[in-house]
Amino acid sequence: MKKLIATLLLPAATFVALPAFLLGSPAAMASEGGVRLDTAPIKPTDVISLQRGARTFANYCLNCHSASLMRWNRLEELGLNESQISDNLIFTGDKIGDLMNVAMTKKDARKWFGAAPPDLSVIARARGADWLYSYLRSFYRDPARPTGWNNTVFENVGMPNPLWQLQGERVRVEEKAKGGEGKEGHGGATTVKYEMVKPGSLTTVQYDAMVADLVNFLVYMGEPAATTRKQIGIFVLLYLLAMLPLVYLLKREFWKDVH
Amino acid sequence: MAAAEKPPVSGTGSVALDGALTWVDQRFPLISTWKAHLSEYYAPKNFNFWYYFGSLAMLVLAIQIVTGIFLTMNYKPDANLAFGSVEYIMREVPGGWIIRYMHSTGASAFFICVYLHMFRSLLYGSHRRPRELLWIFGVLIYLSLMGEAFFGYLLPWGQMSYWGAQVIINLFSAIPFVGPDISLWIRGDYVISDATLNRFFALHVIALPLVLLGLVMAHLLALHEVGSNNPDGIEIKKHKDANGIPLDGIPFHPYYTVKDIFGVVVFLIVFAIIVFFAPEMGGYFLEANNFIPANPLQTPPHIAPVWYFTPYYSILRSVPPLFNSQFPGVVAMGASVMILFALPWLDRGAVKSIRYRGRYFKVPLTAFVIVFLVLGYLGTEPTTVWGQFGPWLGNVDRATVVARICSVIYFLFFILMPWYTKVDKTKPEPERVTH
Amino acid sequence: MSDDKKVNKGRRNLVIACGAAGGVAGVAAAVPFAASWLPSERAKAGGAPVVADISTLEPGQIMTVEWRSKPVWIVRRTKSMLDGLAKVDSKVSDPHSDVPQQPEYAKNEYRSIKPEVLVLVGICTHLGCSPESEPIANKALMGADWEGGWFCPCHGSKFDLAGRVYKGSPAPINLEVPKYTYLSDTRILIGDDTKGA
Repeated sequence: MKKLIATLLLPAATFVALPAFLLGSPAAMASEGGVRLDTAPIKPTDVISLQRGARTFANYCLNCHSASLMRWNRLEELGLNESQISDNLIFTGDKIGDLMNVAMTKKDARKWFGAAPPDLSVIARARGADWLYSYLRSFYRDPARPTGWNNTVFENVGMPNPLWQLQGERVRVEEKAKGGEGKEGHGGATTVKYEMVKPGSLTTVQYDAMVADLVNFLVYMGEPAATTRKQIGIFVLLYLLAMLPLVYLLKREFWKDVH
Repeated sequence: MAAAEKPPVSGTGSVALDGALTWVDQRFPLISTWKAHLSEYYAPKNFNFWYYFGSLAMLVLAIQIVTGIFLTMNYKPDANLAFGSVEYIMREVPGGWIIRYMHSTGASAFFICVYLHMFRSLLYGSHRRPRELLWIFGVLIYLSLMGEAFFGYLLPWGQMSYWGAQVIINLFSAIPFVGPDISLWIRGDYVISDATLNRFFALHVIALPLVLLGLVMAHLLALHEVGSNNPDGIEIKKHKDANGIPLDGIPFHPYYTVKDIFGVVVFLIVFAIIVFFAPEMGGYFLEANNFIPANPLQTPPHIAPVWYFTPYYSILRSVPPLFNSQFPGVVAMGASVMILFALPWLDRGAVKSIRYRGRYFKVPLTAFVIVFLVLGYLGTEPTTVWGQFGPWLGNVDRATVVARICSVIYFLFFILMPWYTKVDKTKPEPERVTH
Repeated sequence: MSDDKKVNKGRRNLVIACGAAGGVAGVAAAVPFAASWLPSERAKAGGAPVVADISTLEPGQIMTVEWRSKPVWIVRRTKSMLDGLAKVDSKVSDPHSDVPQQPEYAKNEYRSIKPEVLVLVGICTHLGCSPESEPIANKALMGADWEGGWFCPCHGSKFDLAGRVYKGSPAPINLEVPKYTYLSDTRILIGDDTKGA
């Protein structure tokens, strides 16, 4: 029996330990600026949150950004029906089976913003939920920028704060490095403070909750099959685990001849 | 005709089946092949944990071929369509995500199996005489696999695909005189482009798989010619019974087939955990930057190869340029892989298995494993990961210094092998395998 | 080697159990691969029902809309066209539409929901060509008793103004009536009959 456990654990350990050993500091975690990111309080199974996020996305993001790998009718997975989607979310005259494209051409976008706004279909997989959550809550007024906006997480970003009417206008007032030993970006956290100069229509708590819903939706959109994936995975694992004693007994039965 | 004289098959318990098998066997070496490679291929009875990875590597090869075939049904090798077609598979093709994740996880699983399989060889001296050619076929498989992985990694056409390929192809530019022309020839364009993508696709889905299959066949034929090594590193063919069957051998089928089936189920459990619950594996199996479409005008802030290449990448980076040329680094990286071919002749130990070797072998081997892992880790990180030494050491990156030391140890492991294996105090080998 | 005669029952049962479990696993593993050949979301969106606006379709006129990359004809039949149908009952091979080439609600003498509006998939049931419209005026070409309909240029199949195939045509069965429904008096949804107004 001891041998069995060892045989079971060893490969598992080898497969998991090697990358896990490397996992110490995953490559894509810290933002370029070395700012500490807030953990996005998201729940991928919270359908209501995803619906709210989808609404915010359609209202505030889709005007300039596309999500050209995402089909409108996929939102039916979030408990919305066809007429809810076409009446409340689609503003462009798209059909329910169309992709979430944007009317603005790349050329126009470059003229207006300097760079084409990236497609957001898989942005959550590229940036990570925490980055998005922190980024969307880190805009501040900066007269030095052409748009009048800057961002602590994404320094000198081209996008003005799309949610300013909700968040309000803030200025960055204070910046002091904490735990200053870390000379370079990694780990050396900076604390940034903001001061509200013109409150928006939402309180900070409401605004954070709204951004969390939006990020939740972006994560969902990055991999719509993720929830299904995990559900199927549980069945597959249970089946394989049930098979394990069976094939072990088979091996032991034959190896009786050898021992 | 000789074929017709073959005796009829019997023993399946069904007259019809016996008849059908007889009919086939008189026209095709069915029974004799089955016997030669499975039911009467005698393998040492003392295989341990390390002996699972050969069959597991074959399983992964099968998974990669089947999932790969199905991926090509929807993938578009076109610079404008490739990125979208991969996401199309992930989102719009029924079952597509499962097939794609199996393939992306399978790539890493392949290297895990192959690395452990090769390490087994180091442990028990499976590369030693008479298995030198078997080892060489194995290294060739490993090289083709590296090519296969490299070509395949360009296909999703994300930022990491693009810039990873850019960096590797530019290595060839470091070759004196002809380098830039070779790079240009490989790309078929002045930058990595549609032409490069299309030829890499062809190489990935047809050329290298054919080479791989051929090499795997040669590897197996060579194995079955000389017979399997075992954890004791002794030849079971020395002691045979009256029928010429090795006393310490057991038929591969059914004994090792049932044992390998057990290994397969354990493997599949781990495989399923990754495919269904952590397909990105924290950014090591699927990199975050590769979810941004390839952009020739913007390099991502930190480019690292996929984990299975990083030990060699570390060696490449650790060699300082000479006369403003990266060539020495490229040579070092090439040599670090090519030196594997020489292994059977570098090892002069009196015994094969680590069980009977002394400290002079165990210490270098341990150092080699540690160094390989450290180099692998450093290759995934920027050289600034551990900060810098003070001004008294010229403010050099600590990680670079460590990588240099590790690279030297990596090569010393091989270069000094003839010496330390020879002076090593070995224990006497047993006459028969221990169980 | 063990004696062949002596069957080890426990061993045999284990082999059967493992074989069965492995077989089930193999079939389950094949599911995503087989499923990947089904229409993708893109294909489904392309094959989605289409809405046809017939407000400008005059009596006696035909319009063509594209549904799943196939031509769908909509004809507003006149009184005389409808009367002509009964005259050819004896010349068509399936006058009462017994072959299920139409939804239940179109299995009537006019093969349509509203008698005057005919909706047909314009693909010949012989080998998939698209037949040409031959109005009643083309008696010179189609014969003196022609009551209007379609003629397939590929192999000469003839269909009447309800899409019924004439006897002696290479096409074996009537033209297909797709699923459709009226969203309003002037808007027809083709390809779906579950969300009628």
